[in-house]
Formats: sequence, structure tokens, C-alpha cells
Amino acid sequence: MTATPILEMRGIDKSFGPVQVLRQVDFTANAGEVTALVGDNGAGKSTLVKCVGGIYPIDSGDYLFDGKPVTVHSPRDASSLGVEIVYQDLALCENLDIVQNMFLGRERTRGIVLDEPTMEKMASETLDRLSVRTVKSIRQLVASLSGGQRQTVAIAKAVLWNSKVVILDEPTAALGVAQTAQVLELVRQLADNGLAVVLISHNMNDVFAVADQIACLYLGRMAAQVKATDVTYSQVVELITAGRSGDLGLQAAAVAAAGNGNGSHDAGVTDLGDMNGAQ
Amino acid sequence: MTSTVADQTAEQSEPAPPARPGWPRRLLRAVGVQNISLVIALAVLVAIIGAQNSKFFLVTNIETIGTAVTVVGLLAVVQTVVMLLGGLDISVGSAAGLASVVSAMVFMSTHSAAIGILVALVTGVATGVFNGLVIVYGRVNAVIATLATYAGFRGLANLISNGRAQGYTGTDSTFVFLARGSIAGIPTLIWILVILALAVHLMLRYTDIGRNIYAMGGNATAARLAGINLNRYVVGCYIAAGLVAAVAGVLLTARTGSGQPTSGSQGLELQAITAAALGGVAMQGGKGTITGTILAVVLLGVLQNGLTILNVNSFWQDIAQGFLLVVAVIIQQRRRGLRAVGLP
Repeated sequence: MTATPILEMRGIDKSFGPVQVLRQVDFTANAGEVTALVGDNGAGKSTLVKCVGGIYPIDSGDYLFDGKPVTVHSPRDASSLGVEIVYQDLALCENLDIVQNMFLGRERTRGIVLDEPTMEKMASETLDRLSVRTVKSIRQLVASLSGGQRQTVAIAKAVLWNSKVVILDEPTAALGVAQTAQVLELVRQLADNGLAVVLISHNMNDVFAVADQIACLYLGRMAAQVKATDVTYSQVVELITAGRSGDLGLQAAAVAAAGNGNGSHDAGVTDLGDMNGAQ
Repeated sequence: MTSTVADQTAEQSEPAPPARPGWPRRLLRAVGVQNISLVIALAVLVAIIGAQNSKFFLVTNIETIGTAVTVVGLLAVVQTVVMLLGGLDISVGSAAGLASVVSAMVFMSTHSAAIGILVALVTGVATGVFNGLVIVYGRVNAVIATLATYAGFRGLANLISNGRAQGYTGTDSTFVFLARGSIAGIPTLIWILVILALAVHLMLRYTDIGRNIYAMGGNATAARLAGINLNRYVVGCYIAAGLVAAVAGVLLTARTGSGQPTSGSQGLELQAITAAALGGVAMQGGKGTITGTILAVVLLGVLQNGLTILNVNSFWQDIAQGFLLVVAVIIQQRRRGLRAVGLP
């Protein structure tokens, strides 16, 4: 990858009170690629993503978008850059229909009146572009949709705004086999359309099915970010559980530092703190 | 929302939506599928009462019903907005009583109806601001907060009025116009209700403000993540509730000719909530329409009028109302289609 990554985080530190959750984390996402972000529970995945999305401010480090340093203080800042996050719990309103959900908080208006025809047209164009055929009517209430369809709507909502980076937090966690395949296909489609996709997942099958790059967090440090074709399944699992695998990952001293920090309690505390902060 | 539900059911039964639906279907969409039961109930009620006593159909009686439901109707409309947001305002009746007393007392000391009404409206806004701030910044459950102010505002109204009716507004032209005047042959009271209901309906149906209110009631977290300023909406809705309660209070003053701390306003909150629930507004928020609420208000008004015409003991009316609230909520819960977990 010689091109400038669309999203680059350099040396990110983040603490919640005395608990340091992210230490010197580097992370990049390239346009047209799926970058999987993996790591054990409490490794800092969600925190990193929330820093990218502007929900948490970063303590130190650089946030580069398209090669240029930017400051992101709120979700609105991130959206205006073109960074959209699809949350694990989906953040959809069941009492509203698909179009209403896709434009939630950013409704198109003509004067003071909602511009329904334009919103309908944009929504159906976006769904067409994603080759979504599972949804019968865009005026269907979200309450009547299946889990996979809801995920599709949530992803379409993120893509609607000509976003450049889409971050998916465990999109397949609650889905069945067929629906998972559907969503993964959609993820691949997004990357093929030229977006940078960041996929958080615990499921190695999903990761190897769609990811071009794999970034692995271990106790708040970036153990390694590698091409998916360069590593094996078991290497990634080692990276997740031990922070290193052969030449890859944190070196022994760093693992010890990450694992033990300044005292033997630190690891446990970090872990716990991260979970509190991230969930 | 009314029509989306209608659309959905229409499209589930027939995959290809008709290009131009016929007038029965369009009428159905305008009224809303879930409001049909209300229309039928209303028709049955009218038929029964009309068969017993033909005076029911007199224009004067229909005007009586219209003017009698205005105060409750105003409160029910604004209660609908608060409930859509996922809240509840129990203090509207007390706020109306407070505004009623204030309007009469200020009128007596200034001899200006305009100033009296204005001060009453400002008082109403203040009650709404107080409710909103307690709920948002005190992080108090809306039911508890407004239950507290329900008692508080009533106490305040009794305190400043010494618990007695205040002033006499029966000779002031403005108050007389509000209570008994008419525009184009239709009583002023009915105009006020119709205008407010129409304005709120249009706001809910066609503006982003309305859309965001529904979104907050449906999923507050999602609304927050979508960048909607929840606090501003909550405070705004309670201010609207306070303002409309004050309008209701001024109308009470106009109708009775004096400022009443409790008489006339007591129990209005129950009637308003009953009407909204009967009209299909979900207690959990996010579901309901002004059309449904207004139909329920008319239904309750007709019921009350009918019981009076048929000389039924007025205590039965309270029982009927409580019964209707329970029935309305039971129907709502059935409609949600949730299985009762942990309950038989």
C-alpha cells in the first residue's frame, strides 16, 4: 500500500482516569480495503473506534484523515469528515420506517417541511447501490425487519452520506448463518465501491472471509497490523491471546510491559477499565 | 405514525402498491387504521344515546359537547406530544389551576384582560421550564417529577388564592368572547382547540421536529447517536405543555367567570392522559397521532354528555373514565404483540 491511507491514527493514548486503555496505538485504514480490527475482550477495540468516531476525545497522538491532521471532538465532526460508525446495538428506531431511520437527525427539508420524495429517492438509490434486494418496501417499519435486514439498514444509513470510512462494530454478532453471509457480502461490496471499511469482529471466519488487512489489539497496544494473506488463522489467534506470534507482534519486553505494566495488577486493571469504558 | 402503519399493512397484503388508491383507501389512510375502532365506538355511542334521547342531536347540544371538551382537548393534544417523547406530564391540571388563579388575580389588579392572560401564559411557561429542568438536569423520572409538581403547583395556586375563587371576569369583553363568543358561527373555544390540534398535527407529521420527537420515543439512544439534542426536546415539550396548560387555565377562568385554584382543573390530567391513551398514544412513547387523540377526546365528551342527558349519576362518569383508561392500555399492550414474560 503505497497510497496515503484515508484514515491514520498515530501514537494514540487514551486513559479513563488512572486507567490507560490505549497506549501508543497506530492504526490505518485504506480506501477500497476491509481492515479487520480484532482483539480480546477489553483490548481497546471499542475505545479506539469511539476515539475515531469522536465520542471520546484522544489524550495524545495524531488523527490524520486523507494525510492531513484533523481534530475530531464530536460525532458531528467525524460525520463531516466522512467517518460513519455502525454500532453494535444498531441505533435504529423500531417505530420508524427505513427511510425515516436512514435520515434520522439529518432530515432533508424543503423550507420547514420534510422533503419526503427526495429522501425516499436517495434511500432507494443507496439500497440499490449496495445491491440490497432483501427489503420489500423502504416504507416498512424497522420493527418488522429481521436482524440481517436491520444490519443492512444500519449500514445503508452509514453509506448514505457519501462517507469515506465506515466502521462496523460486530455486525454479525447476533446473526444467523445466512444473514451473516449476506452482511459480509455487503461489507465486501462497500470496500469494492471504494470505501475504507473497518470491521470489528470476534469471529475469525468472518475476518478471513472479507478482510484485506488485520489489525490486532492486545491490552491496549497495537500488536500488529498485517495483510490478511500474510498470516494464518492460528497466528492471528496467538496475536489476540498473547500479543505476539513468532516475529510478529509486540516483542517480549513490550508484551511484559503491556501485560505487567508498572505493577502486576496493572494488566487486570487495564482490562477491567477498558471494559467499563468501552461497553 | 398513522399512515406508515397503513402503508405497511397495505403493502404486506399486496406487494405491488396501487398507483392511485381509491377514495375509501385514501380516507382510511387519512383516518388511520388503528383509529377505525374509535370511529366505530363513537358511532355506536352516538346511535345509543341518540335513540334514547333525540335532544342529543340538537345543534346546541353538539356545541355544548364541543365547548365542554375544549379544555380537556387542549391538554390531551399537548399530553400526546409529551407522551410521544416517552414522557408524561401529570402536572398539567395543577398548572391550569395555577394559571387560572393568576389570570384572574392579575386581571383584578390591572383591569386589563391582556395583561392577565399574558402573565398567566408566562406562569405556564415557567411551570414547564421547571418540569423540564428537573427531569433533564435532576435526572428524575418524568412521572415522579410531574407528580411532585402536580402537588406543588396545586399548593401554590391555593396559597396565592387562599384556596378561594378569585376575582370576577364575567363582565370583561375579552373573557366573555373566549368563553361564549363565536367566529363564523362556531364557538371561539372550538376554534382554539381546532387550531392547536391542527398546528401540532402538522408539526408532528411534516417537520423534522416531529420526526425527532417520534425518534426519541422509539429509541432515545439512537436519537442521541444521530446527533439530536435530547435535552432541548424534553425541555421544549414540557414548556409547550406548561404553555397550553396556561391557555386551558385562562379558558377555565373565562368559562367560570373567576379564577379557580382547584375546581374545574382537578382531574384534568387524568382526563388528558385517558384521552391520549384511548387515542392510541403508546405509554412507552413513539407511537400515536393527534387524529387518534382528538377522536378519543370527542368520544369522552360524547360519553359524558350522553350520561348527563340520560340522567346517570355523575359519579358513574368517573368510574367510566377510569375503566376506559384501563381498557385503552390493555388494547395497546395486546397490539404491541409482546409475550408477557414472567407473567401468567
